[in-house]
Amino acid sequence: MEDWQAKAAQLGVAVAGFLAVVALVLLVAERGPRAVRDRLAIALFAGPALVLVGVGLVYPAVRTAVLSLFDADGTSFVGVDNYEWVFTDPQALVTVRNTLVWVVLVPVFATGIGLLYAVLIDRSRFEAVAKSLLFLPMAISFVGASIIWRFVYAYRPPESGQIGLLNQLVVWAGLPPQQFLNDPPWNTFFLVVVMVWIQAGFAMVVLSAAIKAVPAELTEAARLDGASPWQLFRNVTLPCIRPSLVVVLTTVVIGVLKVFDIVRTTTGGQFDTSVLANEMYVQSFTAGEYGRGAALAVLIFVLVVPVVAYNVRQLRRTREVR
Amino acid sequence: MAPVSFRKATRVYPGQEKPAVNQLDLEIGDGEFLVLVGPSGCGKSTSLRMLAGLEEVNSGNIFVGNKDVTDLPPKDRDIAMVFQNYALYPHMSVAENMGFALKIAGVGKEERAARVKEAAKLLDLEQYLDRKPKALSGGQRQRVAMGRAIVRQPQVFLMDEPLSNLDAKLRVQTRTQIASLQRRLGVTTVYVTHDQVEAMTMGDRVAVLKDGLLQQVDTPRHMYEKPANVFVAGFIGSPAMNLTQFPVTADGADLGHGAILPLPRVALEQLRGEREVTVGYRPEAVDVVAQGTPGAFPVMVNVVEELGAEAHAYCSFVDAQGQSTGRTDVIVRVEPRSVPEKGAQVFVRIKENEEHLFQVSSGNRIDF
Repeated sequence: MEDWQAKAAQLGVAVAGFLAVVALVLLVAERGPRAVRDRLAIALFAGPALVLVGVGLVYPAVRTAVLSLFDADGTSFVGVDNYEWVFTDPQALVTVRNTLVWVVLVPVFATGIGLLYAVLIDRSRFEAVAKSLLFLPMAISFVGASIIWRFVYAYRPPESGQIGLLNQLVVWAGLPPQQFLNDPPWNTFFLVVVMVWIQAGFAMVVLSAAIKAVPAELTEAARLDGASPWQLFRNVTLPCIRPSLVVVLTTVVIGVLKVFDIVRTTTGGQFDTSVLANEMYVQSFTAGEYGRGAALAVLIFVLVVPVVAYNVRQLRRTREVR
Repeated sequence: MAPVSFRKATRVYPGQEKPAVNQLDLEIGDGEFLVLVGPSGCGKSTSLRMLAGLEEVNSGNIFVGNKDVTDLPPKDRDIAMVFQNYALYPHMSVAENMGFALKIAGVGKEERAARVKEAAKLLDLEQYLDRKPKALSGGQRQRVAMGRAIVRQPQVFLMDEPLSNLDAKLRVQTRTQIASLQRRLGVTTVYVTHDQVEAMTMGDRVAVLKDGLLQQVDTPRHMYEKPANVFVAGFIGSPAMNLTQFPVTADGADLGHGAILPLPRVALEQLRGEREVTVGYRPEAVDVVAQGTPGAFPVMVNVVEELGAEAHAYCSFVDAQGQSTGRTDVIVRVEPRSVPEKGAQVFVRIKENEEHLFQVSSGNRIDF
C-alpha cells in the first residue's frame, strides 16, 4: 500500500516537473527577445525529431557501415572482404540473384495486375466490393500472409490426404503432389506470388484513383476523335496516370528490396530461396557473422536510396501537375 | 457538312423523373450556326452531348444529314467538339493534339502534318505547334481546341461554352473570330452558351431552352422583336425587358396614376376574361416625358448606370404618395448627357407600338 503511495508521489513530482519545464519554455517563448524566441521555437519543434533521427537512424547507419568493414565479431579491420564475400560466395550469390528476381517480378506483376483490375472494375456496379476483395490482403501482415500461403503450398506424401489447397488441386488433376517450396528455382516464384498477392491491392487502389482523376472531358474528346477503347487507354489514360504508375512501381520496388518476413516465415531461406534481407538476418543473428550481416545491410541501403530519391522526386512532380 | 435534326429527342437521367431534355424538335440547316442558349440546367449542354453521342437518347431520334445517328457511338458520327475546358491532351504537343483524330483515322503522316499546318495557319498557331498545352495561354489553348476540330473537317462542329474560360476582352475578340471562321468554313455548327449576348451576336439562329423545353428558335432580330413568351422576353436583351402585370380595362392596360396603355381590339379580344396582362417593354422603348403627357406614369430613380454611349436608370413604381411600391423594377434607357438624379421622380411613357403583351396565366405572347 505504502509502495503504491510512494509511486504516486513520484509520478506527481515527475508530472509537476514536466509542467514546470513546459511553463518555463513557454514563458521564454512568450516574453524573450525575438531572436531567442525564434531559435527556441526551431529547437522545440525540430529538436526532438532530430535527436530521434540521430539516435535511431544516423548513428546505426554509420555504425553498420563501419561494422561492415570488420570481421565476424567486429574486432579487426578486414577492408572490403565482407563485400567480396557477398559477390563471390556461391550461396551469397544465390541470395543476390533471388533478390534480383524479386525486384523484377513483383513490381511488374503487382502493378500489372493492379492496373488491369483497376481498369476492368472502373465504374462497374460492384466496384466497391471488387476493390475491397483485392485490397484485403493489404490488411494482413506479411507474416500472416506467409502463414496462409504456407498452408496453400503445404505438402503431404501422396498416400496421406493433402491439406494444402494447391496440392489438393494438383492431386485432383491426377498428378503427384509437389513440394512447391522445396524445389529451386520454382520455389522462389511461389514466394514471389505471396508478395504480388499483398501488393496488387495497393497498386490497384492508387491506380484506380489515378484513372478516376483523368478528366472526363479528356476521354470524351478522345472518343469523339474516334479512339477505340484500347487506343483511348493507350493514348490518353496511360500517359495521364504515368506519374502514379511510376510511384507505385518504385514503392513496390522499395518494399521488395527489404522483403524478409515472407522468406523467413515460409522457408527460412532454405532451398535456395534466401534474399538479401533474410541473409542479413541469418548472418548477423544466427551465424554470428556481424561483418557480413552489416555488409548486406549496407548493400540493401545502397540499392534502396536511389529508388527512394526517384520516388520522392516523382511524387513532387505529380503534385506540381495537379 | 450536313443538316442536323432533333426529332422528339428526349433524355431522362437515371433516377430522375423530369427529363433533362424534353421532346426536342429542332432542324438545323446545312452550314448554319445555331446557338443553344438558356440558364444553367436548361438542358442545352445535354442536347449538345446527345448530338455528340456522349449522352444516351431515351426516346426520339437525331439525324445528321440523312443518317439516323441516335444509337451510333461518337466516333461514327463524324462530329468534332470544342469543350469548355478545351480537353487538350496534356502529354501531347499542339501538333499532336490537333492531329490525333487523323492519326486514329489512319491518315498518313505527311497529309496529317499538312492539314495540321493549314489549320494552325488559320488560327495563328504556327509558332506553337511544338509546345505542350501547359505552356500556352488560355486564348491559345482555346484556339488549339478549335484547331483540333477544324483539322478533322467534320460534318458538324459542336461547341460547349468555349469562351467561358477567357477574360472579358478576349471573349469578345474570340467571339467574332469564331463566327467569321465558321462562316468561312461553312460547317454546320451547334454552339452552347448561357450568355445571351454571345447567342445574339454569333448565331444565324438562336434556340432558347428552359427546363428541358425548347422555348423558341429564331433569328436574333426576330427573337428580340417577337419573343414567344415571357421567359424569352426576359432572357433575351441586356438589360432585360421590363415585364409588369397591369390590370386590364375596357380599352387597354391600367398603368396606374390615371395612365392607360391603349391596346388594339385584337389584343383585347384575346384578353377577354383576364383581369391582368403582362406588358413587356424594353428599356429603349420607354421615354422620359413631362408630367401630364397622356399615358405617362411616375417612377422613382434608384440607380443610374452610365456606360458612356448610353445610360440606364433603374427605377421603381411609386404609389399616390410618391413612395416606392413593391412592384417589379423598371429599367429605362435615358439620354447619357442628361441623366436623372438618383432619388428623383420622373415620368415615363411606353412608346407607341413597342409594347409586348403576354398572357399572365400561360406566359405566351399575344399577337396583335
